[in-house]
Amino acid sequence: MNKLSLLVVVFVLFLSCGKSKSESGEDFSAPAASEESAATDASSYDPNRGEGKHSSVELGATLDGAMASKGEEVSGVKCTSCHKMTDERLVGPGWKGVTERRKPEWIMNFITNPDPMIDKDPELQAQLELCLVRMPNQSLSDTEAREILEFMRKNDGVK
Amino acid sequence: MKNRFLKATFAIVLVAAFFASCKPKNSSNAVSGDAASKVYVAPGKYDEFYNFVSGGFSGQMSVYGLPSGRMLKVIPVFSVDPESGWGFSEETKPMLNTSHGFVPWDDAHHPEMSQTNGEVDGRWVFINGNNTPRIARVDLKRFKTAEIIELPNSAGNHSSPFITENTEYVVAGTRFGVPGDYEDGDVPINTYKENYKAHISFVKVGKEGEMDIAFQLRLPAVNFDLSHAGKGKSHGWFFFSCYNSEQANTLLEVNASQKDKDFIMAVNWKKAEEYIKAGKGKREKARYAHNYWDEKTHSAVSEMKEDVLVLDAMALKDICYMIPCPKSPHGCDVDPSGEYIVGSGKLAALIPVFSYTKMLDAISKKTYEGDYNGIPVLKYDAVLHGEVQKPGLGPLHTEFDGKGNAYSTMFVSSEIVKWDIKTLKVLDRVPTYYSVGHLTIPGGDSRKPFGKYMVAYNKITKDRYLPTGPELTQSAQLYDITGDKMQLLLDFPTIGEPHYAQAAPADLIRNNGQYKFYKIEENQHPYVTKGEKESKVVRNGNVVHIYMTSTRSHFAPDNIEGIRVGDEVYFHITNLEQDWDVPHGFSVKGAKTAELLIMPGETSTLKWIPERVGTSVFYCTDFCSALHQEMQGYIRVSPKGSNTPLTYSVGTNMPATK
Repeated sequence: MNKLSLLVVVFVLFLSCGKSKSESGEDFSAPAASEESAATDASSYDPNRGEGKHSSVELGATLDGAMASKGEEVSGVKCTSCHKMTDERLVGPGWKGVTERRKPEWIMNFITNPDPMIDKDPELQAQLELCLVRMPNQSLSDTEAREILEFMRKNDGVK
Repeated sequence: MKNRFLKATFAIVLVAAFFASCKPKNSSNAVSGDAASKVYVAPGKYDEFYNFVSGGFSGQMSVYGLPSGRMLKVIPVFSVDPESGWGFSEETKPMLNTSHGFVPWDDAHHPEMSQTNGEVDGRWVFINGNNTPRIARVDLKRFKTAEIIELPNSAGNHSSPFITENTEYVVAGTRFGVPGDYEDGDVPINTYKENYKAHISFVKVGKEGEMDIAFQLRLPAVNFDLSHAGKGKSHGWFFFSCYNSEQANTLLEVNASQKDKDFIMAVNWKKAEEYIKAGKGKREKARYAHNYWDEKTHSAVSEMKEDVLVLDAMALKDICYMIPCPKSPHGCDVDPSGEYIVGSGKLAALIPVFSYTKMLDAISKKTYEGDYNGIPVLKYDAVLHGEVQKPGLGPLHTEFDGKGNAYSTMFVSSEIVKWDIKTLKVLDRVPTYYSVGHLTIPGGDSRKPFGKYMVAYNKITKDRYLPTGPELTQSAQLYDITGDKMQLLLDFPTIGEPHYAQAAPADLIRNNGQYKFYKIEENQHPYVTKGEKESKVVRNGNVVHIYMTSTRSHFAPDNIEGIRVGDEVYFHITNLEQDWDVPHGFSVKGAKTAELLIMPGETSTLKWIPERVGTSVFYCTDFCSALHQEMQGYIRVSPKGSNTPLTYSVGTNMPATK
């Protein structure tokens, strides 16, 4: 028992030494990665909503044609090198039916925040095994993401 | 019982050892302490300082982290760099344009970081091209050379590119006396004294960093060597060391070492500005290139300038003053207060330190000992603060720690000497391995040095590293200067030959708005391809423009037919990625130019003239994804005059069926 407590004391002392050093202001080392990794862990991941800032996306009963054509334009620059409009896989899966398979929040979150979702979403991990290319972050603005979603709806036959 | 006692003793010893190891570092254990732990930066951790090191004859600038000595990047500046396409891509070629045409190399000596209020501000690093006289500006948001200006009426731009405390000017001074470009240079060399002149340039720096030669001072033909601006109270003055006041034109080793004293030249640049305003300058014919990078078009622009404003500092008596300085002065360094000017006579056995206050006094009282080709020469004793006696052999350069100390390198005796600026007493000396040239302390030539580390840049390293044949690396050596005694911590090899270097706190630069990629929406390159749908091949006579995209992991188009031998083919590759750290490479078999490295959102162009009939190939050279090896394409080359139709596609050119 004594032996154990002594070890604990020594261990705690070493711990406290490490802590005081990092608080001393001497340590300038603060990689950006460690600042961001404080997000959520996998257990709190919601596979329906995905992860990101979009928690509720309102869809119109009918298609917003203007928005969809803007979405087509943006996706021409940033998406369609890798995604076809059919259900055929190119680099990533084809877009046909995606708005039926996924909630709009999930789509908006995934296309604006792909990396954390690929790390946590079981279906995305399965997809990665097929495609072998992580979907890149294409730095879409929220407006662009919403326009792309509308274009996906158009592609899925929403009138 | 006994056993328990032993264990308790063991624990007490451990605890005591712990307290000893945790004790704050001080000068006593800086001498005997653990150098390894002071330079160890754990995997995934950042260094405390960026260190920008000149590449010397490599023509480039390298970037290291301190205290680890890890190399982070080599920034192509004056020399072509096939791995990135610098100087080979159509966009970057104009950056290396000069009045002599395309010059693919130079000798880069002195990086100087931009300053605001005399403090390093993390915006730009300037660096001189010594051979074909130029100054480059490197943008620290992109770690890319953004601008290069050539200097007329000069040969050997050595005393450059030192700056004033708000980056108002960056200067350049000719190392060789030469006839001005606006004069007849076809004269006998032994008429040096009559026909040769020296010009120093004041290059104005704009808000966005843009450089323009404001004026040049016409001076007697001496060799200008190094310089530093006044700061604080001496802001408005610039100091240049010069040698060969003998005006020798042959065997300078002997003939330029005759006089006991050469000069530190003090320039009142505010006075020069007044003369310019008063119209005393003369526009002289000149021809020099000004090249800058246009971030919107991802392309360099080169323009040729045709004249330069020259002020005759020999006729206008109150711009320049000569301060006698022993024996061919090299380093010319101003302390953080701006009061003391240190001249390092490389053949002298002492280091003279001049006083700005005394200089002003001597000027107002006209305490002259004569004049040098029309320029007043001040009396040495009237300007002298004092001399550092027996500092070592071959003093070259001095930096400051902001705590009242100066650190001077001694080339011949291979050491750095620490001395007190006020009392001029030598406080400490430490060996270097070997033959140290320049040194740097982060912010060490500014008003606010960060006096924690000092780095020595050594010319000779024999026996320090594993042998590598006749040519050995040169090196940097890192010292801890927080204690009374300087402590050697680390050796690391460098690229090319390191001359001067600068360093700054890492946070100042990494938080300056670093670019992670270029926004594709903002790309205004004339041959940009915004999306695969826009990819195409356009023939115009024998000129073929290929608008190609790259993304993980294919090019579009990747099958091209109808190219003919002798065509002038331009591959304009747009990298469609919009994420950090995803450049794509591009290479064509047999390309006599280079490969390209295209940043996310950027467009780059490689020119290729096919010489052989057959099938050529292209592929990505930067491992980009698991399917990087699949990132490839074919280009069919037919004979001149062939009728093979021009076709291009990606993903649709399926196997032919009979």
